[in-house]
Amino acid sequence: MEYVAVRCAAKDCKAMQTVKMVVTGPFAAGKTEFIGSISEIAVVRTERKISDETRAVKAQTTVAMDFGRITIDQDLVLYLFGTPGQRRFDFMWEILSEGMLGFVVMVDAVRPETFREARSILDTFRKYSETPFVVAANKQDHPDAWSPEDMKIALGLDDGIKVLPCIASQKESVKYVLLELLYSILERVQD
Amino acid sequence: MALKGNLRDFSLHQLLNLINLAHKTGALTVKPEKAANSSNGHSAPAALFFREGRLIHAFYEGKPARLTDVLVQVGRLTPEQAQAVRQRSRIDTDKELGLLLIHNGFLSQNDIIQGVRGYLLETVYHLFTWSAGDFRFEPNELPPEERITVPLSLENVILEGNRRQQEWERLLDEIPDLDVSLRFAERPSHIRNISLTREEWQVISFINARNTIRQIGEYLMLDEFQIRRVTHGLKQNGLIELMQSPRAEPAIPKAPLPGVKLSRGVLLRIIDGIRRR
Repeated sequence: MEYVAVRCAAKDCKAMQTVKMVVTGPFAAGKTEFIGSISEIAVVRTERKISDETRAVKAQTTVAMDFGRITIDQDLVLYLFGTPGQRRFDFMWEILSEGMLGFVVMVDAVRPETFREARSILDTFRKYSETPFVVAANKQDHPDAWSPEDMKIALGLDDGIKVLPCIASQKESVKYVLLELLYSILERVQD
Repeated sequence: MALKGNLRDFSLHQLLNLINLAHKTGALTVKPEKAANSSNGHSAPAALFFREGRLIHAFYEGKPARLTDVLVQVGRLTPEQAQAVRQRSRIDTDKELGLLLIHNGFLSQNDIIQGVRGYLLETVYHLFTWSAGDFRFEPNELPPEERITVPLSLENVILEGNRRQQEWERLLDEIPDLDVSLRFAERPSHIRNISLTREEWQVISFINARNTIRQIGEYLMLDEFQIRRVTHGLKQNGLIELMQSPRAEPAIPKAPLPGVKLSRGVLLRIIDGIRRR
């Protein structure tokens, strides 16, 4: 088992166990919003104003990473790391993927022009690590959203891979995606 | 819900695969982009119709798609025969036109079906050479009732379309620019027993420094796919020469890193913790 142990100064404080999940996907897929919907702390963001052609999609983008926290109990914390979506920051991806429990690939279901990039990111992360993953088909509340079933075919994914409906702005939807990922991880774990 | 996108991001091969696997019924319209690499002279949007994952009808918007027009385009009927049948038609439906064609002894039922089938295939194969263009799939939209439909399995269409697409891409690699001139090879010493097609002879007759490949193709009414194929054949035979551009090498992927293991107990705690939030 690989985890980060943080020793407390107080005598009665046990070692804090932290686990990490990564939320990746193309630019403007909804990764920051996804983490923000479930994190108990204000998501630590490193965003910058955009000055290139991507401005039309959103005004700011994550250039390093998003960082969210979910305290499970007194000595267990889950951290969510969001990767920068643009290829020019892909040097960060391998760093962020180290030691991850699993990963979520966020895909904007309204923008099929990003599907190829999503598949490419997915393949890259699978090369970094063989950990379980799920694909979140975001913006399912939008009338033009592709259904998860169509997206699975569009992305060329095997039947066994979970493509889940998601609305990144809704906490329950985010919980559902994370739980499905955890169930996939659980299936692989043997005591 | 409608599926929208651009062929640049989601190819026709992928779209047809999706329609086939999901047994979709509806209409797919594709609008070619002017700057896109297209092999044919069609600049009008194309419409393909599907029923339960099978291609049943296709046409280019603004182009006549009556049965007689279709059969003339695939060479099964002469324009004069088509005109004669249309004049006798009262309601101008494909069914009535088909019956008139059979009753007048122009074509058999099988000829008509094979003709429509050929037109459908040529239409969809042409679309495989469109590298860009907005598309929209509207579920449950079917062709006009008066048009004849012939159901075709998409699996073979996708396979043949892929083959043509690969051939088209190979031709684009070999002959990226049509605005160059051709010249006869300076040392065609290895040439032996070459048989040329009629089209190849026609192209050869126009080779000189002033004529570009595009101009030759336009003059001979060959689309971009055809003129590239003829030019490529002549080049392969060592008869002619033209300029080429180099290809970029693909990036080398990085090596994988090991994954992480966690105990079942810790995982169950995390699951419980998320559920309670």
